[in-house]
Amino acid sequence: MKLGSFIIRRLFLMLLVLFGVSVLVFVIAKVIPADPVGAILGGNAPIDLVEDMKRRLGLDKPLMNQFIDYMSGILRGDLGTSLKSNRPVAKDIANFFPATLELSICATFLSVVIGIFLGILSAVYRNKFIDHFARVFSILGVSMPVFWTGLLLLLLFYFRLGWLPGTGRLGLFVTPPTRYTGLYLLDSLLSLNFEAFKDALAHLVLPSIVLGYSAAASIARITRSSMLDVLRQDFIRTAKAKGIGKRLVIYRHALRNALIPVVTIIGLTFGGLLEGAVLTETIFGWPGLGRYIVNSLLLLDYPAIMGGTLFVAVIYSLVNLIVDIIYAALDPRMRI
Amino acid sequence: MERGSLLNVSGLRVIFHTYRGTIKALNGVELWLNEEERLGIVGETGCGKSVTALSIMRLIEQPGEIIDGSIIFAGHDLLKFSEDDMDKIRGKQISMIFQEPVAALNPVFKVGFQIAETISHSRGISVKDAYAEVKESLEMVGLDWQRTIDLYAHELSGGMAQRVMIAMALAVKPKLLIADEPTSALDVTIQAQILELLDKLVTVGKNAVILITHDLGIASEFCDRVAVMYAGNVIEVASSAEIFDQPLHPYTKGLIESIPVIGKSRELVGIPGVVPDLVDPPTGCRFHPRCKHVFDKCYSDLPSLTEVKPNHHVACHLYQ
Repeated sequence: MKLGSFIIRRLFLMLLVLFGVSVLVFVIAKVIPADPVGAILGGNAPIDLVEDMKRRLGLDKPLMNQFIDYMSGILRGDLGTSLKSNRPVAKDIANFFPATLELSICATFLSVVIGIFLGILSAVYRNKFIDHFARVFSILGVSMPVFWTGLLLLLLFYFRLGWLPGTGRLGLFVTPPTRYTGLYLLDSLLSLNFEAFKDALAHLVLPSIVLGYSAAASIARITRSSMLDVLRQDFIRTAKAKGIGKRLVIYRHALRNALIPVVTIIGLTFGGLLEGAVLTETIFGWPGLGRYIVNSLLLLDYPAIMGGTLFVAVIYSLVNLIVDIIYAALDPRMRI
Repeated sequence: MERGSLLNVSGLRVIFHTYRGTIKALNGVELWLNEEERLGIVGETGCGKSVTALSIMRLIEQPGEIIDGSIIFAGHDLLKFSEDDMDKIRGKQISMIFQEPVAALNPVFKVGFQIAETISHSRGISVKDAYAEVKESLEMVGLDWQRTIDLYAHELSGGMAQRVMIAMALAVKPKLLIADEPTSALDVTIQAQILELLDKLVTVGKNAVILITHDLGIASEFCDRVAVMYAGNVIEVASSAEIFDQPLHPYTKGLIESIPVIGKSRELVGIPGVVPDLVDPPTGCRFHPRCKHVFDKCYSDLPSLTEVKPNHHVACHLYQ
């Protein structure tokens, strides 16, 4: 099958998944034994106030009508109004998501470059020094919790050495760039605000390292084992027998075959990061999606929780779609 | 002509380090080959046929190690070559085809690219320029190039894949083709086709061939000479006709007696005992525990490969 028709089929499947998720989110919100009206008004509100609130939230209508309202809202991009902030949930998410996206991209980029490179070296120089180093690096990365590495790095580079800024996305006295995308790095470049670019980049370094390190560790481990597996295959022997040299054998013939499981891990990691790295965002005062969703949960802000869940589901589906497309591009056997 | 004008392997010893101990895989292998000559290497699984072939290509890898011997190819000792020098031999002067043709092709590249890559490297031309010759190579092995060039390995049958491998190996016009059990994984009818094709192409291309097989019949039919290996040694070398008609080594005799012959009803005779464990091989002649002619010298001394009749070499104390 050609790559194009593969992508179209996948897009169609994704729409089905998203429809399923929206239904599921609605059903869950209806079944859980918590009362949104009670959450807003408190347990002892007078009955007419409760009735009035129910009407305003549309909770007095039959379930089917509520569902139709909810679905048509989603199609219009309306995720309802947050009970606490009184702003449209879609707007809230649009506010918080770019911060998470920017951090996730930087962290993933860092982890992919380091992880794949280290994984290859460690497979090719198996049981040599670089391999032992990579294994210790990976074990540390996988086993150290992010809140701990985060605090350590802050302590060292911010408090002690003062080389890097502490928390937030920008310094207090730096003018934020004009908002085009919400990604400070991109926006500051677009508006030629280089001071903001430098400052935003400096603020990204530590949280990206914290998140990137643990991801790099697992990517390195998967790359290593996948590479070792591929290097044992018959076609690698063929490639070596062609006399094309070690470099091409590894980077052309082995790596592309070894990347399939690595891409899976990268996709999962990236999806997980986009959903918001709550701990890291909290430590670094990062106004991202993770903190928004957790806060909404704590406040029983129903529309925000439903909207956030749906948004995360869309993100995951998109990442999965991209992963599938990369699979198919890497390995023709996946297009069947 | 001098013995082994193209290839001369002598005293080749290869070991593999494993947790169980050191496997003494090759124990002083002797082989020689002239230009355009075809040599069959025959033996049971694990006797060192493939290890010998991979040693010639210098493709023995950790935990394996070539510890002794020499491999003189076209006047140069390959064991003294650097990796870079070896890459000027591999895929240029010596090509190789393998047992599982589908697995031997890279699953993520089109067949055409894999052949073009080989040609481009042997000739020092760009992959793009090499594509022009890919068509010719595919036609040569009897494949419709338009249909095949854009296929992937998983879209090929075993026979087609082996044809592609042959196209790839011979496109570089090697002096020596090493075929490691090229037909073992194929259907019997396809086996015959592939051998016939190989026969035709190497005759035209004037390539020398080392054919590795466990089938004495295939070896003697295809090759000028046959070398029989047992437990890491070449134990007998003779012309294809002679090895069948007048085998000397007790092991070779046993091998021939164990071949069923269609139309003749006779009891198949096996060789008693099992192939030795090469971590702890028998002393002296490695075949002595299974040999019915064994005598005192066999326990202590490893017999050397000696010419006992013109062009008939055998490594057995009975003939020395």
